[in-house]
Amino acid sequence: MLIGQDLIRADGPAKVTGQARYVDDVRPDGCLYGFTVRSPWAHARIDGIELDPDFDWTDITVCTAADIPGENVVALMTDDQPVLADGVVRHVAEPVALVAGPDRDRALAASHHVRVAYTPLTPLMDPEVSAGNAHRIFRDDNVYSRITVEHGEAERVLAETDTVITGTYRVGLQEQLYIEPQGMMAIPRADGGVTLFGSMQCPYYIVKALKRVLGHDDLNVVQAVTGGGFGGKEEYPSIVAAHAAVLALKAGRPVKLIYRRDDDLRATTKRHPAIMHYRVAVDRATGKLQAAHVKLLFDGGAYNTLSPVVNSRAVLHALGPYACPHVKVEGLMVATNTPPNGAFRGFGAPQVMFAAERHMDRIARELGRSPLELRRLNLYQDGDVTPSGQRLVDVGATQVLELALKEAEAGLPASGVPDRAGGGGAAARVAPGRGVAIAWHGCGFTGNGEAALKGQADVAIEGDRVVIYTASTDIGQGTDTIFPAIVAEVLGISVDRVANADHDTATVPDSGPTVASRTAMVVGGVVKQAAEKLLAALQAEVGAEGAFDDLLAQRKSAAPLRVRAQYRDDLGLVWDPATYRGDAYPTYGWACVIVDVDVDLDTGEVLYRRLVSATDVGKALNPVLCTGQLEGGALQGLGYATCEEVVLDDQGGMRNNRLTNYIIPTALDAPEMVTALVEIPFSGGPFGAKGIGEIPHDVPAAAVAQAIEAACGAVLDRLPMTPERVLAALQES
Amino acid sequence: MRIGFTLNGGEVAVDALPMARLLDVLREDLRVTGTKEGCGEGECGACTVLIDGRAVNACLVPVVQVQGAAVTTVEGLAAPEGRLHPVQAAFLTHGGAQCGICTPGFLVAAAELLAHTPRPTRPQVREALAGNLCRCTGYQKIVDAVVEALATEAGA
Amino acid sequence: MITSHAPVHCPADLAEALALRAAHPEAMPLAGGTDVMVFVESGTLSPPAFLNLWGLAELRGVQADGDGLRLGALCTYTELEADARVQATAPALVEAARTVGAKQIQNRGTLAGNVANASPAGDSLPVLLALDAEVEVASVRGTRRIPMDALYTGYRKLALAPDELITAICLPARHPADVQYYRKVGTRLAQAISKVMLGGRLRIEGGVVTEARVAFGSVAAFPVRARTVEAALVGRPVDAAAADLVGADIKPIDDIRSTATYRLEVARRILQGWLAAVAAEGASSSR
Repeated sequence: MLIGQDLIRADGPAKVTGQARYVDDVRPDGCLYGFTVRSPWAHARIDGIELDPDFDWTDITVCTAADIPGENVVALMTDDQPVLADGVVRHVAEPVALVAGPDRDRALAASHHVRVAYTPLTPLMDPEVSAGNAHRIFRDDNVYSRITVEHGEAERVLAETDTVITGTYRVGLQEQLYIEPQGMMAIPRADGGVTLFGSMQCPYYIVKALKRVLGHDDLNVVQAVTGGGFGGKEEYPSIVAAHAAVLALKAGRPVKLIYRRDDDLRATTKRHPAIMHYRVAVDRATGKLQAAHVKLLFDGGAYNTLSPVVNSRAVLHALGPYACPHVKVEGLMVATNTPPNGAFRGFGAPQVMFAAERHMDRIARELGRSPLELRRLNLYQDGDVTPSGQRLVDVGATQVLELALKEAEAGLPASGVPDRAGGGGAAARVAPGRGVAIAWHGCGFTGNGEAALKGQADVAIEGDRVVIYTASTDIGQGTDTIFPAIVAEVLGISVDRVANADHDTATVPDSGPTVASRTAMVVGGVVKQAAEKLLAALQAEVGAEGAFDDLLAQRKSAAPLRVRAQYRDDLGLVWDPATYRGDAYPTYGWACVIVDVDVDLDTGEVLYRRLVSATDVGKALNPVLCTGQLEGGALQGLGYATCEEVVLDDQGGMRNNRLTNYIIPTALDAPEMVTALVEIPFSGGPFGAKGIGEIPHDVPAAAVAQAIEAACGAVLDRLPMTPERVLAALQES
Repeated sequence: MRIGFTLNGGEVAVDALPMARLLDVLREDLRVTGTKEGCGEGECGACTVLIDGRAVNACLVPVVQVQGAAVTTVEGLAAPEGRLHPVQAAFLTHGGAQCGICTPGFLVAAAELLAHTPRPTRPQVREALAGNLCRCTGYQKIVDAVVEALATEAGA
Repeated sequence: MITSHAPVHCPADLAEALALRAAHPEAMPLAGGTDVMVFVESGTLSPPAFLNLWGLAELRGVQADGDGLRLGALCTYTELEADARVQATAPALVEAARTVGAKQIQNRGTLAGNVANASPAGDSLPVLLALDAEVEVASVRGTRRIPMDALYTGYRKLALAPDELITAICLPARHPADVQYYRKVGTRLAQAISKVMLGGRLRIEGGVVTEARVAFGSVAAFPVRARTVEAALVGRPVDAAAADLVGADIKPIDDIRSTATYRLEVARRILQGWLAAVAAEGASSSR
């Protein structure tokens, strides 16, 4: 059995020897280097673009909106975002012009000599006054998305219940911070077409976008080895690709556009900030939730990107993993003149689950119950109904909670906690605390998204090897290792005879995007189906049954034998996107996170000692890869909790746009982790697997908030919980 | 300016601006691209190389300062016949690499630690690797790889 | 990347370096480069020339200096952390060195470079103030020593003549009655720029403080001694209430890393915490 084994990752040897080729490691002959000229204003009219006559432009290519061969639009959900601003800019760092030169320094220098004349206009920066504002950013009301999920009679029950607890929770922007910045290369082909090669999650998004930008479809997109994505390379690379392609076509040479880190931080999408109001009726005697009314407000920034889908996932997860008979959740996603926000691991869920879990803590506080007890009383069980009306089966909430608690009992490993240089030694005054939080996360696309998308995968016999063709990219999560294991398992052959074809849209079918915790669970299932189909095709060809290798030996043709499978909707999901009623997700993952912290009572610093998690993953296809993702997601969640803050200037520009000042945890900041797995198989996933990519990010922040409160009484309802905010809360408590 | 140094055991010489970053000389002039750039300001550690046995950020070293020095990059960690350095092997078995962009820097930093501290404790590993940022792993499997696999190796 | 096209002077010895310094005072001295290269890459610094000191053997190593120590200007943090004499003389400085960036920076960055860069947030600077360190500077005209306390005259301004170079940092001998302290409150536990730093030294003889040094970083245009607090501490048993006077000595500001309110409050608290710990220690050891 290959499934469930810790197979060494397929790309591992190349990655540990420095041989893996990321986009910036490749330099074709004659390659130019691009740079983007960006708006310094949140909102301005562009009065003209001129080139400094005193600068030597001989080896520089410059592009503006006028140079776009096709449509000036980044095709995604709506057509509101231009490839290059034309006449007006709607956010700081918006691309206005492009330059390319023979080396990076020349391109950067040239960018300083593109003179854009602006007339600054008054921007709209406050999401709370955006909807319906006379200052129009998006359509006629600045609303990207408005969704209501309703079950029962929340308003009536809230009005009739004595104990109604209200709370407001705020979360800020978070940067994905893939360690490899955005990068793309466009290579004009001799046949008139163009090849895009770069760092990305979703090759077919780029195909779709560039068809419009170029005005033709003679293009192919190839994924380079990609240095992390976390959603940040879901939709944004379409913009980088469009820019590289426009430059390359004008220059007639390959153009490489690699973002500097400061540029990447200022310009690219981030996790949506949110303001979340909770009003929950609870039965004081039983501790059971009676009714909830939740209002969510998200800031989408100046363009739509994928914001409506973020809002959708947020409203569907807004109550956390707790049963409540009467629910009304209203989600509103609005426009402001700030850089657009977009996909980031969890996609709206980490925001609302911080609020939901904090609100459970608030209810517990007001009822005089322990946070843990209140959770146990209300956790989803089999047969409970979600706010969208979905009846839950195979609920793992209690199992993950009890397993995590058991693992956490083992006590703290003293050896794992570093002696902290400069930490004050014995003079430091610290208080320990523990927090427990629980997440649920819908795996894969919402509703019948998969049935509509019909993701495809091919598997082929090529010589004595088997090759898998998918558009699903490995961005570190291990898909290129998981898929061969699935195919080898089905065919009964050794895994080293199964390879992934390059993720090149010239040869791979559209498997759907690499997002939404869907790749192993959904595309993995399609790959499994394709492997089964291949075996059947081989049996048909040789007219016999038997083991794959025996059949292969009997094969007369040396030609490749390639079959295609497509997502099959045999789950019978019922979902109405108009009313948001029905089976919102094919299945749910469940996770419990327990965090042990020390709060420094003098400085408000929160020091992580240990993080224990238990997660229902359906089936761990490769436990090392699986737990590796869970641990990485957990640390991103801890960064979200206490240190990752995007500081904006009055134009909405990121002031701390360097790694010196946008603070993610180091190995010293990270806790020791214990990562336990629960496996409740999902019938719709390959070998029972569920999606696991996003759930680890959902509740570490909530667990930390509870741990801080347990340690020192400070109550924090806003992320990040910086030392400044913790100290202020400590002084109030 | 002509600058000569030893790279992964072999002599190299380049014509470069004296203030050119060692990182750019390695990647662009010598086309040795295992050393990565994540920030250009010495924060992320993806460009970590050894100079005369000490881990440094190649983005912060002007090439004029490596005249005559011995530089080791990730490409130079494995033995000449291809046998992986123990920490490379440990990263494979323990899942220390995910997206892999930070991996070369971690491996070089870990190699320096192990050269000076053969049996490091977990806190020592964390302190030694704190100059390398990873966004995929949460560091747990990286620390595991450096500590546990090498302990096994030493005991075997 | 922005690559400087500026020429780099590479002297073979200190005498040549001083001659070059005198001839080209506009040339930016370059030691480990861990600060300078960041400024060059980000475009905030583009000097017309550089003076590369990295090859100067005279500036390496740690030597005895009377009863104290002389740390050559090219002494890296890693070297001083590993040096038994520095560990014995200046444990707080070793502690501070361990908080500078992370290993890669400690391997390349120099203590003298930290002094020369003159950042208000320079990690070693409050400790050097607390230890009464001296900065040895040389020029073709000769050599002199400047007390740390007189080195900074404004934001990133040093009391050096244009032809002078820092050649060493000198640490006095450790008095047996001294206790030293270092505390860094940063943005994280490594690779952190500080929000507040405290370097301290108390000489306690016969249960009474006879000398006090309390220095802070990241709370003013350059690292400063808290003289009001120091004065209040001397001549009596250790009194943690002296920390409440810190507002008279420091005037922190808001920036992207923290707030003035936080810095002032935390400066007071960490000082109070240290003084209380020293007082408790004294009380228990005198029993």
